[in-house]
Amino acid sequence: MNIAVIRFPGSNCDRDVHHALELAGGKPEYVWWNQRDLSSFDGIIIPGGFSYGDYLRAGAIAAITPVIEGIKEAVGEDKPVLGICNGAQILAEIGLVPGVFTNNSKAKFICRWTDLKVKTNRTPFTSMYKANEVIKMPIAHAEGRYYNDEIEKLEDQDQIVLAFEGENPNGSLLSITGVCDEKGNVCAVMPHPERASEEILGSSDGLKFFKGMVNY
Amino acid sequence: MKYDAEVKISLKKGMLNPEAATIQRALALLKYQVEETQTIKIIKFTMEGDGEELVRQKVDEMCQRLLCNPVIHNYEIGINPEE
Repeated sequence: MNIAVIRFPGSNCDRDVHHALELAGGKPEYVWWNQRDLSSFDGIIIPGGFSYGDYLRAGAIAAITPVIEGIKEAVGEDKPVLGICNGAQILAEIGLVPGVFTNNSKAKFICRWTDLKVKTNRTPFTSMYKANEVIKMPIAHAEGRYYNDEIEKLEDQDQIVLAFEGENPNGSLLSITGVCDEKGNVCAVMPHPERASEEILGSSDGLKFFKGMVNY
Repeated sequence: MKYDAEVKISLKKGMLNPEAATIQRALALLKYQVEETQTIKIIKFTMEGDGEELVRQKVDEMCQRLLCNPVIHNYEIGINPEE
C-alpha cells in the first residue's frame, strides 16, 4: 500500500511515521505541502510537529495549503487518512473530523506515556484492536484538549476513537483524545502510535494503527 | 481607497482560557486580586477596497476561512479609512 506522509515546514514526526509504516509492511513516501495531486496514493498520514510554528492556532495555516485539496479528494474516495498530534489538529481545523484540539487545561506542554482505551474498532487504524482494549502510547502536546459543542452526536455516531483511561492529563471533554469522521476512514489522534511501534521504545501497542491501515 | 482593518478574536463565553488563568494567578502572586481575566488576540492590517461594507465582508470571510475557529471563537471586526 502506497502511503503519503505529508510534510509541512515544522513537521518533525515524519521520519518516525515513515519508519513505523515500513515496519507495518507499507510503502511510505514523503509528500511536500505544495503537492496538490495525491491520486497515486492509497492512504495518507499527516504526522506530528509544529507546522508553521503553530502560529495563529495549531494546524490553522497547514489547513489552507494545496495538499489539503488532495487529502479532501482522497477522503471522497474513502481512502484511509490518519492525523497524529499536529496532524490531528490540522484535520480538526479543516473540519474533516468534528471539534477542536486546543490549549491543555493547565498551561503546560505534556510529554509522557498514557493508558488509552480504544473506543471503536470500526476505523481502519483501530481494526486490529479489540473494542475497549487498553493500550499504552505517549502524548506530547500543549494544544491537545479536545472540545466539541455537539458531544452527543459524536457518541451516537460512534466517532470517539481513543479516550484516556484513568487520569485525563489535558482536560479533554470526556477524556477524548481521538475522533473520526462519520464513515470512520478519517482519524485524528493526539497520542503518537509511531512512538509506540517497537518494544525498544517502551511499547509496540501503536504498531497496529499502521498494520490496520496497510491491511485495509 | 485604503482601509485600516482590525480583527479582535476572543474565546466564546464559558471556554476555558489557561493563558488568562495563569496570568491571573501570576498577578495574585504580586498581590493584585483581579477577576475575569481574558486574553484577546488582535490582528491588524491595511487593505484596498471599494467602500467600508465591501471591505468588512472580505475581512469577515478571512475570519471564517482562516483567522478564527468558529467552534471556540467570537470575533469583532473594525474597519476605518486609513488616516
